[in-house]
Amino acid sequence: MFTYVVRRTLQAIPLLILISIILYVILNNAPGGPLAPYLQNPHITPADIERLKHNLGLDKPIWYRYGVWLWTVLHGDFGYSTSNSQPVLQAILDRLPATLELMVTSFIVSVIIGLSAGIFSAVRPYSFADYFITTFAFFGQSMPVFWFALMLQLAFAVHGIPLPGGYEIQLPSAGLSSGDGFNLGDRIDHLILPVIVLSLLSLALYSRFMRSSLLEVMKTDYMRTAAAKGLDGRTILFKHGLKNALIPVVTVLALSLPGVLGGAIVTETIFAWPGAGRMFYNALQQSDIALMMGYLLILAFFVVFSNLLADVLYAWLDPRVKYD
Amino acid sequence: MTAGFPTAPQALGDDDVVYTKVTFWTRLRRHKMAVAGAVILTLMILAAVFAKFIAPFDPNAIDNVHWQGNPLPPCFQNAALCGGHLLGTDEVGRDLLSRLLFGARISLEVGIFTVFIEIVIGTTLGALAGYYGKWVDWTIMRITDVFLSIPLLPLLLVLTAIVAASSSKAALNFQVIVLIIGALSWPSVARLVRAAFLSLREREFAEAARAVGNNDARIIFRHLLPNAVAPIIVQATLDVANVIILESVLSFLGFGIQPPTASWGNMLANAQANLQIAWWAAVFPGLCILLTTLSINYIGDGLRDALDPNMK
Repeated sequence: MFTYVVRRTLQAIPLLILISIILYVILNNAPGGPLAPYLQNPHITPADIERLKHNLGLDKPIWYRYGVWLWTVLHGDFGYSTSNSQPVLQAILDRLPATLELMVTSFIVSVIIGLSAGIFSAVRPYSFADYFITTFAFFGQSMPVFWFALMLQLAFAVHGIPLPGGYEIQLPSAGLSSGDGFNLGDRIDHLILPVIVLSLLSLALYSRFMRSSLLEVMKTDYMRTAAAKGLDGRTILFKHGLKNALIPVVTVLALSLPGVLGGAIVTETIFAWPGAGRMFYNALQQSDIALMMGYLLILAFFVVFSNLLADVLYAWLDPRVKYD
Repeated sequence: MTAGFPTAPQALGDDDVVYTKVTFWTRLRRHKMAVAGAVILTLMILAAVFAKFIAPFDPNAIDNVHWQGNPLPPCFQNAALCGGHLLGTDEVGRDLLSRLLFGARISLEVGIFTVFIEIVIGTTLGALAGYYGKWVDWTIMRITDVFLSIPLLPLLLVLTAIVAASSSKAALNFQVIVLIIGALSWPSVARLVRAAFLSLREREFAEAARAVGNNDARIIFRHLLPNAVAPIIVQATLDVANVIILESVLSFLGFGIQPPTASWGNMLANAQANLQIAWWAAVFPGLCILLTTLSINYIGDGLRDALDPNMK
């Protein structure tokens, strides 16, 4: 097991290097390249551009520049973010807690609800509840998430949902909190709408996967054997069924993590959430190439890590998988 | 066939082909949601094609007669104020219904053309990798790994942002958006086709095709590819919906189709700021997107069931 983990980790390194090469080449050969923000500025003459190119080493061949860049990145220096006036890594680390707060909450919510819905569906296939859940999952997968966010804002923030007795549900739709002081209730209120939006897609995905995986397991011989032995339904479902059905689901959970991070860009932008995704969006608008590159690299790193995690979890949970 | 004479049972022939076709359509028709999706999508396509004739107003024209600075409400909400705009206007006084109709054109075209590019690149590379194996496979799959390791939306945003920064946002026209999304979304198709080819090339008919001396191109396109078409069609259908959503997100964030050209995504870009005064500008474009993607996803689901009931 240990050697398996080590070998898979080592295999990930060339992939990461390849990713960095391709990203570097794309971003630096794009029209305008790293100096794109200056090209539109009428105060900067072509001679200035040439001088900048020389000072930044942009007149050197690309493989040489890549080497220099990789060396600095390996030393923890991702460059300087012009839109935040601070080093890229520091800028991302500063915003990471807010993003993690949103991501982790959404992940927990979508795992709990998604898996329960999937199990419920699989236990009563083709019932009304099953149709309701699968239809909901279909809607979730087809939904343009940003529009869903707008609709929630319209319903809960602009208008409020009236309740009997003159009460009304009003939820905040922007930012992390209302004031500077820490107030748990207020923080939770601010989390509700962004979390619903961010969990929608994964919720749909998880419930579909859980349902099909459990249905598959229900058909197996060992489930029939368990029933024939006279075990009660609960034991069969949880000890024999779920334990096996969860194996592929766990890998899907791991694989879907980076998608949540990508979805956070839209969610954070719409809900004015001060996280890394919104900062990335600001960087886009200000052509902050260093930050874009750093953010993409970290995302890619996260994807490779999730793939690794999925493989290792699968091998660990399923004794039938051989490590070679 | 002459009447009255009993005939010998015929050898297997054209009838089989007809038979499989019939089962495909019956299976597809049995999937009620897929049929409903097909009807809605057909209506959408018709509306998009004939937008010029159906649209009550010029989609980019500002209604200087009625518009006073605030978006005009839909006629069903306030018939006196709407100024003949059935679904109201946006914040600068352009007819919402007309923009929706022309937006349908952009969204559907982006979806179809992008998926076409994606399928051509993905199928070619996947077929080469699966058929030749060895270093060809290794090289193509490593490139695929790289592109699958970078989340698509952020990568698209970075590329479109660079295009916008190097000239201007106006450079982000229809062709550029289609090319960028198409050039980056093929890896999943390539993997799918490769997997199909890996098993197909070992089958007897492939062996036979090689034995009679067909060249590689003919074996790939005439013998193997037709057997891999089913999963490609399903994937292509589902991807049209994904691409439509991607385009709308890009346009919503300002890095997709640029105004004044209407796309469902960029119509929503200003809707958030006007959420308090014009709910209609936020509701209808998104409803169109949802209806389209939902229809396409149900069609894809139906196709999957109809083409091969054993597919997952």
